[in-house]
Amino acid sequence: MIAILIFGISVLTLLRFFVSYCHSLIAESKSYEFSEQGREIAGVTGHSVRDDQFRRLLQLIALCPEPGDDKGRVRAVSLYFGLLGLTRMLFGWIEPTVARWIDSERSGCAYVAAVMLDRRIAYNRVLMARQMSTQL
Amino acid sequence: MGPVDYFLLLADFLLEICCVVCLLRKRAFSQHFTIVLYLCASIAVGVGRYGVIATAGFNSDAYRYFFYYSDALLTICLYFILMSLYAHVFSEMGISKFVRGGAMLLLAGTAGISYHMVASSTDKLITYFAYELSQNLYFVGVLLTYLLWGAMIKMRENRTRLIQLVLAMGVYFSAFAGSYALGNMYPYLAVWRYVCYLMVMWLPLSWAYTFVKVSEDTRTMTARVLAPNR
Repeated sequence: MIAILIFGISVLTLLRFFVSYCHSLIAESKSYEFSEQGREIAGVTGHSVRDDQFRRLLQLIALCPEPGDDKGRVRAVSLYFGLLGLTRMLFGWIEPTVARWIDSERSGCAYVAAVMLDRRIAYNRVLMARQMSTQL
Repeated sequence: MGPVDYFLLLADFLLEICCVVCLLRKRAFSQHFTIVLYLCASIAVGVGRYGVIATAGFNSDAYRYFFYYSDALLTICLYFILMSLYAHVFSEMGISKFVRGGAMLLLAGTAGISYHMVASSTDKLITYFAYELSQNLYFVGVLLTYLLWGAMIKMRENRTRLIQLVLAMGVYFSAFAGSYALGNMYPYLAVWRYVCYLMVMWLPLSWAYTFVKVSEDTRTMTARVLAPNR
């Protein structure tokens, strides 16, 4: 009985901490200033990106050479996005407010992906500029 | 013990070394001494466990004793990290002496309760005590981290590094408290061994990310952590 109680409490706190941890990663990217090109490619309007853009953004991220320091973050956000999708599938139909909350969370994940894409585009530009200057 | 176990053991070991290097490079040694202490202890325990496996074997009593006692030791180190995080959060209030005193009392209390729980089965006291102590400390850790996170929200703590360190600790403590509880319910769940290896990687991975990516001066409003799309 005590083991079940401890297990239940632990799972609830685990979810709470994990969601807050992902939020702290998302919140960090909200202060990022997009370039015009990045804003256009990612479809950023104001401070939000539609959640259905997430997969497309991930595909674009995969096409850009990586600076070598954001792979872990891409995976963490993808994992969180996937978990939200699963939660929506399981519980979203019971309560519409849950589905709304999940949509807003997934939109946050898409925003992080857009920030990472813009950073990679900027990194690419620097690489190309370097290459051009060495060729000259 | 198969190749997957060896691979995961080596991956844990390398990740912890990388994390220590990150901490030292970012000059966080003095400010987060307890984290370095835990990582060094964990590296030493990893080497020790490998040594015991090589000499006595994975299924030996020696390995079992070493595993549970080293795990209890690491849990106590984690407990010290949690106390140092409390001290960081409440640093401006000047109550670190009380926090330390309270932490020691709680640690002694948890050890006392664990002893009381296993005292009736004296034949298995040595391993049971270490197991019970780890399990109880993980659960006390969950409650203390939750309390700390609640206090941080109330105090509108905005140091991003501190927020991420506390949340990472919360994830770790909850995952292990849950896994110990699951171990009590289903003692012969073989797959759980691999999940534990993966869970051990969480702390060095998240710490390395925090110390490399988040500078000391970065600030995040706690309201944004609670609801980022606000």
